[in-house]
Amino acid sequence: MAANPVLLFLIVGKNEPLYEAEITKRGISGNTDTSVARQSYFVVHSSLDLVDRATWSSQNMYLKVVDKVNQQYVSTFLTAGNIKFLLLHSGKSEDTIKIFFQEVHELYVQLSMNPFYRYDTPITSKEFDKRVRNVARRLV
Amino acid sequence: MSSKSSAAANGQALWAKVPKANAELFALTYGALVMEVVSDSDGNVDEINEQLEKIGYSIGIRSVDEFLAKSNSPYCKNLEETANVLGKTAFKMFLGINCDVQIYNPPTSFSLILHDNPLSLFVELPDNYKDTLQYTILYCGVIRGALEMLNYKVECTLIKSTLRGDDVDEIKVDLKNILQDGAGEDYQEE
Repeated sequence: MAANPVLLFLIVGKNEPLYEAEITKRGISGNTDTSVARQSYFVVHSSLDLVDRATWSSQNMYLKVVDKVNQQYVSTFLTAGNIKFLLLHSGKSEDTIKIFFQEVHELYVQLSMNPFYRYDTPITSKEFDKRVRNVARRLV
Repeated sequence: MSSKSSAAANGQALWAKVPKANAELFALTYGALVMEVVSDSDGNVDEINEQLEKIGYSIGIRSVDEFLAKSNSPYCKNLEETANVLGKTAFKMFLGINCDVQIYNPPTSFSLILHDNPLSLFVELPDNYKDTLQYTILYCGVIRGALEMLNYKVECTLIKSTLRGDDVDEIKVDLKNILQDGAGEDYQEE
């Protein structure tokens, strides 16, 4: 299987995933093989235990790559409110991902300042989704 | 000097004097207040709008005295001058924002156009409230309360809102009638 062109970005709260975005390369979107997608979700979710273990290993919010399966890496960012950002990718540079997480973190903070958004609830805002996808598209 | 620019200059001077609050704190406080009203009304949008307008009204009848005491605004001879003092001086003094005043013809109504809305910072309305909840209706109540204390009975409506995708916020004020003595009967109940 060739390297998966899909990035999978998840925001996970205390009990449940709050937000999911699959980002494909422009032009071949909509061409995702469902079994591949399913496997991606599996990889990301199964890395959650490793995230918990990595939480106290560093002072930084950015925990770098916490899990690696085949050619896929799971990078993690932990907000101060213990909300996890997980990104599945096929070996991007740490710095690019760090910038991505920082930008998304900024968007997340903005979202959490919205009085209509309650902490640790699924994110339904279309505006947030659009902005995250814009940031992510630069990564692909 | 026209009444418009002197009102604006006066507003600028007053803004420099009054104590300031952090904009984020202000927006978050109002956000918390709105959410409290939302949860109290079980999501009944009409009731939420009405409550927020009432809160504004109470602010309005209080703040008008403060405004007149501090601002030294000249006596207004017609609604156009009142509109300018309201938009250029009062909004500047209390909120630090500049708004455009548009007078309609016949001059019994005017619009305040806000390019910057400190109340709606960070706010994004969820879909179920997008078209119905008037998040910044507080302004309408404030204007209604303040002008009522000055014997103007007005009706205020938000006709444009950035939260609904318009590029500015616009508040339209219609003069209904001029009261003869004292405040309206609403005030007696307070």
